[in-house]
Amino acid sequence: MIKVKNLSFSYDKEEYIFENFNFSLKNEERIALIGDNGCGKTTFFKLIMGLLKADSGQIEIFDQKREKEEDFIEVRERIGYLFQDSDNQLFLPTVEEDVAFGPINLGKSKAEAKKIVSEKLAMVKMEGFEKKVTYNLSQGQKKIIAFAAVLAMDPDVLLLDEPFASLDKQSIKRMIKILNKIAQPFIIVSHNNLLLDQVTNSSYFLE
Amino acid sequence: MIFKKENTYGVSWIHQLDPRLKIVIAFITAFLIALTNDLITLSYFLFLAIILIINSKIETKYLFKKLILINFFIIIIWIFIPFTFPGEELLNIGKFSITAEGINFALKITLRSNSIMLLIISLLTTNSVSEIIHALYRLKIAEKLIYLFFFVYRYLHIIKKEYNNLYEAMLMRAFKAKTNLHTYKSYAYLIAMLLIKSYERSQKVYEAMICRGFKGKFIFFDDFKIKKLDILFIIGYLISLSLIFIFRKGLI
Repeated sequence: MIKVKNLSFSYDKEEYIFENFNFSLKNEERIALIGDNGCGKTTFFKLIMGLLKADSGQIEIFDQKREKEEDFIEVRERIGYLFQDSDNQLFLPTVEEDVAFGPINLGKSKAEAKKIVSEKLAMVKMEGFEKKVTYNLSQGQKKIIAFAAVLAMDPDVLLLDEPFASLDKQSIKRMIKILNKIAQPFIIVSHNNLLLDQVTNSSYFLE
Repeated sequence: MIFKKENTYGVSWIHQLDPRLKIVIAFITAFLIALTNDLITLSYFLFLAIILIINSKIETKYLFKKLILINFFIIIIWIFIPFTFPGEELLNIGKFSITAEGINFALKITLRSNSIMLLIISLLTTNSVSEIIHALYRLKIAEKLIYLFFFVYRYLHIIKKEYNNLYEAMLMRAFKAKTNLHTYKSYAYLIAMLLIKSYERSQKVYEAMICRGFKGKFIFFDDFKIKKLDILFIIGYLISLSLIFIFRKGLI
């Protein structure tokens, strides 16, 4: 589904974060990206989402070459990206509106969006949170709601940037349950190898 | 913050009113009060505002806090205006004299500001912020202004938190504010850091938005419907307004 060939990228044209990097994600694969801080895990996600542009190399997503900004609009609609900091992601006043933001952007009607909201909240076991104000939630709750908001777009692939960071034990359990329940292939970044083993079936090491 | 949770989720009939209606009426009445120059009419408006505030069942302690804040400035006005306003002298204290016009003027300012404050508290703080944003949107206010208001509201407390974190980190390393260059420099760096962080965050929020398919337009969820209560309120409002108008123009 995602194929990356000979990718090179640098922020300053001097120090390359990626040089001739190759990567592929196939159906039903669940890949852990492992590497030290600053080795380019988040950068890699941003390249896939088209938030950053590669210096050279090819990115092929859903069997199509992705180069220009327009190519990535479809990518963004079909790949769900869970940000490391949920405060960046949750910006609407209520949980309901935030989860509905994606579906409505995809052209769903309000009634459909409301249905999706209650489905996804039930899926992550956060029923009854619809009218809660997003910034009053705890860090763990924010992450789970942000994840529900990503899932609400029914993405084909998920990119998860540190989904376990700053979560307590209970929220981590909940997150693992959700990750084992969903059907999508995903790429996950985390420093916690124990947790990664519970949710992935292969790993990539970045240097 | 003027929006307080307990006020927002009250149960009085004022809370039930349509937010659009409340915004429009608060705006028009605030204008009327600001333009009125007649003591009796102003007192009447204050009386109406008090009726509203009693009906909204807002916590008295909160109310007094807000009123004390605004009346603190008014006290300063009372100290200066009666002595400096030109007009007929009422009282002489040594070299200073109090004028009738001055007292009249200060009284008007007091009545005006207090009634507008009560009006705003009773009508606007009885909505949640999201309701106000929705209502502004439905009232066809320029979208850019609404987004501005909305994002400022949403991220203000995050910037505050960021500031607290940075400041606490400074205190943890034994920073003491003194009158020296080091202190000024540190504060300057703190503010600069805050600006950079806000800028970076705005970029990240925008990225998160386009990752969820944002194409430049917000769609709001709730639809408002005018209820019987709203119509009753409009009628009551119009009657109270015409009463004072008729009375002052001597039509009765």
